[in-house]
Parts: sequence; structure tokens; C-alpha cells
Amino acid sequence: MIHVIAFYLFAVMTIASGAITILSRNPVHSVLWLILAFFNAAGLMVLVGAEFIAMLLVIVYVGAVAVLFLFVVMMLDIDFAELRAGFVRYFPFGALVAIVLLAEIVLGIGAYRAGALKLGTPDGAAMTPAGASNIEAIGGLLYSRYLFLFEAAGIILLVAMIGAIVLTHRQRGDTRGQKISKQNARRPDEATFNVKPEVGQGVQL
Amino acid sequence: MIGVEHYVVVSSILFVLGVLGIFLNRKNVIVILMAIELILLAVNINLVAFSAFLHDLTGQIFAMFVLTVAAGEAAVGLAILVIYFRGRGTIAVDDVNRMKG
Repeated sequence: MIHVIAFYLFAVMTIASGAITILSRNPVHSVLWLILAFFNAAGLMVLVGAEFIAMLLVIVYVGAVAVLFLFVVMMLDIDFAELRAGFVRYFPFGALVAIVLLAEIVLGIGAYRAGALKLGTPDGAAMTPAGASNIEAIGGLLYSRYLFLFEAAGIILLVAMIGAIVLTHRQRGDTRGQKISKQNARRPDEATFNVKPEVGQGVQL
Repeated sequence: MIGVEHYVVVSSILFVLGVLGIFLNRKNVIVILMAIELILLAVNINLVAFSAFLHDLTGQIFAMFVLTVAAGEAAVGLAILVIYFRGRGTIAVDDVNRMKG
């Protein structure tokens, strides 16, 4: 019973916050509602026993991606009212496309429920071993069967990171950077010298 | 009892909301990127639900890869957005076709 209540709570909250995300006037509010949608989706995943993906969703999406969005929205000084123009004009066509898409998907689910479609049965190679927790099973699979895909995912993240840095980095004229070659070429005898000043004469600098 | 159909319905509604968001906010790139994140979230819910109900962990592994790609896409997309705003002073996507270089 509590399972059913929790499912409907998380599902309704996810869909509602997703709707407010796309309808909200202020993009800052949009990001915050998106975060709520991610949290509730993580709750949905916990309900079916996928704790690792749920926690990854909270850490990666809420902790990194959503905060990046928030950072960019707040950093750029944008007139959002102007960008809002055309909302009403695009609404009928967008709603039409959405309704057609939803009808098709629901039709597909109805066909599956009616028993006309058969889901394939898994071959058992990726089953959770008896007594292993979700994270243990995923770890075992990730570092054996999907090792190369896992490495490829790491390379994708590296490329994305370098790409973001290269794109946004700019040389500014008014800053003084470090000149390493000049520092290395500096010798003690040309940088310092001894003087023997007379008392009361002062020194030449 | 909650079956896989319930999860598929939730994820399809979320997917459709993401598509609708792209149509409604055609000028605002930030909200378009958020709508794409919603679509990827719907895909993830679908993968995880089928993985759990079929007792096969492959879906969860692939949900992790979708998550990776989504993070990379958000990082590069927002970086492009920042340099676009720096040069243009606006983020309206109507004249993106002038973006060169």
C-alpha cells in the first residue's frame, strides 16, 4: 500500500514539476523546478530498487548539471520578457505535436498490455547475483562486461570538459600572466648587486 | 500493484513535456536545454523501470551512460551559450545561423 502511495506521489510530483519547468516565466524558477523533478525521479527509481542510479541522479544532475544551469542563468544578464514573445503563437502547434506523440506512445503501451507484443527475455548474463546489493552488482558488471564502454564514457567526459574550457577561455588584455621563460632566464648576477654606500650619502637604486 | 506500464506512462508524459517545452520556448536556449534534460530523464526512467522489472541490470548501466552524455552535453551547450551571449548580448536563437567560426 505504501508502495503504491509513494509511486503516485513521486509520479505526480515529477510530472507537475516538469510541466512548471517548461511553463515558468523565470528561468531561475525553471531550474529549481527541474531540480525537484530530478529528486522525484530519483524517488521513483529507489522504489524499483535501483538505488545506485537514483543516487547518481541526485549527485550528478542536482549537484552538477542543475547548479551549472543556475550559474549560467544568473551570470548572463538576459531580458527574459523579450524571449517570451511568441509563446502564445507556438502553443497550438506545440500542443498538437505533444498530443499526437502522447497518443502514439499510449497506443503502444495499450498494445503491450493487450498482450499482442512480447518483451524479449533477458539472457541472464546481467542478473543481480544472489545476495548482492544493487551497487555491488552494477560495479561487478561495469568493471567486467562493460569496461570499455565505461572507459569511453570517461573519455567523453574528458572531451566535454576540455571543450567547455577551450570554448569559454579568453585572453584578456588587461591581465598580467606568468612568463615562465623570462623567469627561468633570470640569473642571480644580473638580478642583484652589492653596494658599499658612504654613511649619510644614501644609495643609488 | 505498480507494474512496468505505470512507469512507462510516467516517462512518456515526461518525454512529451520535454518536446512541448522545446516548441513553447523556441527563443530561449536555456529552457530548450532544460527541456532536453527532461527528455533524457524520461529515457532514464524508462531504462531503469524495464531493467528492474526484467531483472536485468543492463538497463541501469545504460542509464548511467545516458547520464554521462547528458552531463557532457549540458557542459558544452552552456559553454557555447556563454560565448554566444558574450558576442551578441542576447541568447535569442532566431539568428543563430549567423554563428560562424
